[in-house]
Amino acid sequence: MTAPVVSLAVSLVDVLLIVGKVLLVAHVMLGLGAVLVWAERRVSAGMQDRVGPNRVGWFGLGQSIADLGKFIFKEDVVPGHVHKWMYILAPAITVVPALVTFAVIPYAPGMQIADLDVGLLFVLSIASLGVYGITLGGWASNSKYALLGGVRSSAQMISYEVVLGISTVGVLLSVGSLHLGDIVADQAASGWFLWRQPLAFFLFLTASYAETNRLPFDLPEAETELVAGYHTEYSSMKFALFFLGEYLAMIVSSSLVTTLFLGGWSAFGLERLHWAVGLLIFMAKTLFLLFVYIWIRWTLPRFRYDQLMNICWKWFFPLALGNVLLTAGAEALDLPVLMWVLPIVLVALGFAAAALAQKRDQGPPPELAAAPVGAPVPSSPR
Amino acid sequence: MAATVKPIARRKTTLKERLYFPSILHGMGITIRHFFRSLSGKAVTMQYPEERWEVKDNYRGAPVLVKDDEGRPKCVACSLCEYVCPPKAIYIVPGELAPGNVVERGPEVFNINMLRCIFCGLCEEACPEEAIFMSKEFELWGETRAELVYDKETLYALGGVRQDPIKKWSHK
Repeated sequence: MTAPVVSLAVSLVDVLLIVGKVLLVAHVMLGLGAVLVWAERRVSAGMQDRVGPNRVGWFGLGQSIADLGKFIFKEDVVPGHVHKWMYILAPAITVVPALVTFAVIPYAPGMQIADLDVGLLFVLSIASLGVYGITLGGWASNSKYALLGGVRSSAQMISYEVVLGISTVGVLLSVGSLHLGDIVADQAASGWFLWRQPLAFFLFLTASYAETNRLPFDLPEAETELVAGYHTEYSSMKFALFFLGEYLAMIVSSSLVTTLFLGGWSAFGLERLHWAVGLLIFMAKTLFLLFVYIWIRWTLPRFRYDQLMNICWKWFFPLALGNVLLTAGAEALDLPVLMWVLPIVLVALGFAAAALAQKRDQGPPPELAAAPVGAPVPSSPR
Repeated sequence: MAATVKPIARRKTTLKERLYFPSILHGMGITIRHFFRSLSGKAVTMQYPEERWEVKDNYRGAPVLVKDDEGRPKCVACSLCEYVCPPKAIYIVPGELAPGNVVERGPEVFNINMLRCIFCGLCEEACPEEAIFMSKEFELWGETRAELVYDKETLYALGGVRQDPIKKWSHK
């Protein structure tokens, strides 16, 4: 740091600069959130052979603004049976962590609001605070569906947080730094982690879907079971804040996946031309990941809750640990090819297991095959 | 009572389906194909106010009153439709017509409340004079409730002249 005596004016300029950056990023991200809502509706419509909102403004882009107007002018109902302060606090707690995380994401070479040495740790810890909003919202609503949604969310978040954290350890072992800029620079120098850590990429991506409560892991909302889950009792802008929080969390995790595994602002050395090219590359990758978010949502059905927990604790967690061990081995032996061993073994095992199971299931179940038509149903083993 | 067993032939799951992930990719392929197909303008959505559907002949739209091919109102205010109307949407006050008309009776007031009407078509079936028909009109709207109570003039204007092969009043 320079001598503090120099002048107050300089530090004031610095402060104003930072405030300006914060305002810029916050507004861009909030705007992107609104565009994302529109994109979600248009893409889902397209995938279902519909058109989607196309009336308000250019290609219907004004739809989000119209929706916002509707949300603002709706009556802000606070039901009589809720815990009032927590109820009001919850939507804010969902949005703020998502917004705060944007501070450390490197958008382009040297372009980030706060250049933290522990950037990754900061993102992981702050982003996971978002679950407090959801859990509090569900709990404070004092209604059974909302509570179920909140409880599901907390259990799901804790489980997938573990996988999310451990799957990044592989990246950390390779780079040797928590600094997000270092991680991107390392990828620019020696290849994206998508290729160097394929399993970690898959685990991180899937866990981030669970973290953001997106299908196929949207158990906290689960319209078909829980009405609307944790935000059942919310209306007006409070509901809109939950909505916005979800989309901001999507943007955060997309940009994090971009930073950690897809090389951030780097692509084939193009970023060396100009910092704006780096920014464009970063944006393109993030937007593609956001599209994949929407794409997955409108393709896959929701998991059952026990399946969700099984996948996390019986598969993802051991795999993430194995990935850490393998990374340690690969780093020690300087054999990056080793990282592909686990995925390939897994695919081979999957093939073998599926083939075996298929062979076993040839023909009808024995008790049904033995019973002549018209015989009483054998009692179920369960 | 003992239930009976009827084995149902199930399709065997293929190896690809059992592997699960290829199925996910397959599903994503289907959705993205539909997405691009919709993008190229093949969505099934009809852009309603600009595009309109062809109303079928047997469509039951708003009930309307018709005139015969010589422009004479056909309704004789017998009130059968009023009687048969399940939601009681029709209100008729019968009146005497001026001498010189083919019939002596006609409606003085004939109101159909389109907010009550359930478009069942029973009035059309009940009418002995073939004077009330279900039209193809489906855009019924108004800013007040009173606007949607269609009076005699409106109903005749909507119905217009109906060419009828049976010239009942010409063979008296």
